[in-house]
Amino acid sequence: MTSTRKEPSGVVGTPGGRPTPVARTSGGRPSPARARSRGRGGAPYVFLLPATVLFALFFALPIGYALWLSLHKVEVKGLGLGAGARQEVWAGLENYADALTDSELLAGALRVVGYGAIVVPVMLGLALVFALMLDSEKVRLTRFTRLAIFLPYAVPGVVAALLWGFLYLPDVSPFYFVLDELGLPQPDLLDGGPLYLALSNIAVWGGTGFNMIVIYTSLQSIPNEVYEAARLDGATPLQIALRIKIPMVAPSLVLTFFFSIIATLQVFSEPTTLKPLTNSVSTTWSPLMKVYQDAFGKGDIHAAAAGAVLIAVATLVLSFGFLRAANSRSKQEEAR
Amino acid sequence: MSTLAVRKSAPAAGTTPGTAQGPPARRRRIALVPTLTLVLGALYCLLPVAWVVIAATKSGRELFSTFTFLPGTGFADNLSDLNAYRDGVYWKWMGNSALYAGLGALLSTAVSAVSGYALAIYRFRGRETVFSILMAGVLMPPVILAIPQYLLLAKADLTDSYWSVLLPLVLSPYGVYLARIYAAAAVPGDVVEAGRMDGAGEWRIFTRIALPMMVPGLVTVFLFQFVAVWNNFLLPYIMLSDDEKFPITLGLFTLLEQGSNTPALYTLVITGALLAVLPLIALFLAVQRFWSLDLLSGAVKS
Repeated sequence: MTSTRKEPSGVVGTPGGRPTPVARTSGGRPSPARARSRGRGGAPYVFLLPATVLFALFFALPIGYALWLSLHKVEVKGLGLGAGARQEVWAGLENYADALTDSELLAGALRVVGYGAIVVPVMLGLALVFALMLDSEKVRLTRFTRLAIFLPYAVPGVVAALLWGFLYLPDVSPFYFVLDELGLPQPDLLDGGPLYLALSNIAVWGGTGFNMIVIYTSLQSIPNEVYEAARLDGATPLQIALRIKIPMVAPSLVLTFFFSIIATLQVFSEPTTLKPLTNSVSTTWSPLMKVYQDAFGKGDIHAAAAGAVLIAVATLVLSFGFLRAANSRSKQEEAR
Repeated sequence: MSTLAVRKSAPAAGTTPGTAQGPPARRRRIALVPTLTLVLGALYCLLPVAWVVIAATKSGRELFSTFTFLPGTGFADNLSDLNAYRDGVYWKWMGNSALYAGLGALLSTAVSAVSGYALAIYRFRGRETVFSILMAGVLMPPVILAIPQYLLLAKADLTDSYWSVLLPLVLSPYGVYLARIYAAAAVPGDVVEAGRMDGAGEWRIFTRIALPMMVPGLVTVFLFQFVAVWNNFLLPYIMLSDDEKFPITLGLFTLLEQGSNTPALYTLVITGALLAVLPLIALFLAVQRFWSLDLLSGAVKS
């Protein structure tokens, strides 16, 4: 059983594991029971039938359809009246060319990259610091603080945006009350540059706890002997954290980065929820909101499909690019 | 850093004969910096929740006039206003969310359990291919799925129905992944083989022997999926137009949208938001006795 038990660690990111999100099986030798079950023919296929059917219907088919739509457009014949007047014809890469030169989509992409550049490092930095603090010695109140920091995970993004949205409103916010009492200037949190911070704060608030737990879990799996050796060598807690703990949880840091990039580039519900509270969030603030507008505001599903495919491709390129960079760096370090 | 100070004082205590050097004295020392950092983090995370608890007690007038953290007098009124709003549609939304999240998570856990078990226990042609393809689903951004899902479901005349929100979320690649890990760790191959010796069929071995062993892991899959569905906004936002079928996230959003024209609705939004976060918090507190947060990240204790 040992070989199978080690298998998941690579994916979750415990020390020594591979930071690949797609799990691989270990090359351990099969136990006799497993070897014999090779002949059990149909059973595994039957067991996997529901997942396969659902995958085909709700993953493969929609992706295929999105690709098909993105390569077609509607051609209107004559006055566009009557049956057959509107036809879907091959458009080649026309929709993609339109999307890539669409200033609104590009502006949205830039906004989200700026937003992500704040959210991902701050959120994961905090998650790492909190995880290290939870893992350090003689800390008190860990049960309470761990639960409290994890709590926002149970709050839907829409509700989180709504709560913070009210806290940003000058009339109801305690921040403005304090600033007012102190006679300090009161910035508009829902406009211009501060809007990025306001939106980033919502994502950081919502995501830190979950990532903290992931990192904390892999910290907990480091055997104690490792620290004892370091302590005997006279290492301070700070040195232990920097030189031993962080390198050993690097795989789970890489993994949390990877998934945070994917989630951040798809931001939708938070800016959509803040929209009723301010005029500064346009209906096309993030690329995903623009795609939604194309599909349901303008009814141009072909442009929307091309936009969706582009966002998906950009997300995968960025997240896998990061993964490759992280992998090659760790290989270099191993070589040293 | 404060632990440094603790370290320095340690030899001093040791040199004084007769002083308690045992656990009681040592336990009293607190690593100050880590503890304070964590407490600050906890306060930051609790701030909006504390705010909504207090804001929900305020009447519409108090909300904009009294100090933020001063409790108001209007909680009962807010509650009855919320109950009365469009004949109690708020509770309909809560019920819908419970249905989507509860039934959705249950179906999802069942599919994950049977798939994860098959992938962990059997060796068969195409096993890794099937697993890799399913896992690729994790990486698919929801955006590339949700809009074509809508268009395809529209062709089947299923949009704006309960099914349109339930079905696309039943297959959870992350759930399959977790279930595979738990099955590999918790179900020994020998036990499966023993079942076969006794003449039990494959399905019977799964339901009678393997499934009970996988329960702690499956609770995690269920909770994870429950939260994912409960918190989901994009899918119902795209699929639904009849507000009788809205989940709570979408319902609160539409309430807020109307509130921007009629600030009187703000107190309803705030009271509604408070009640909307309570069920999940209660759920987490209720299950944490037999469920560890660590399981969420797939850690399997040996």
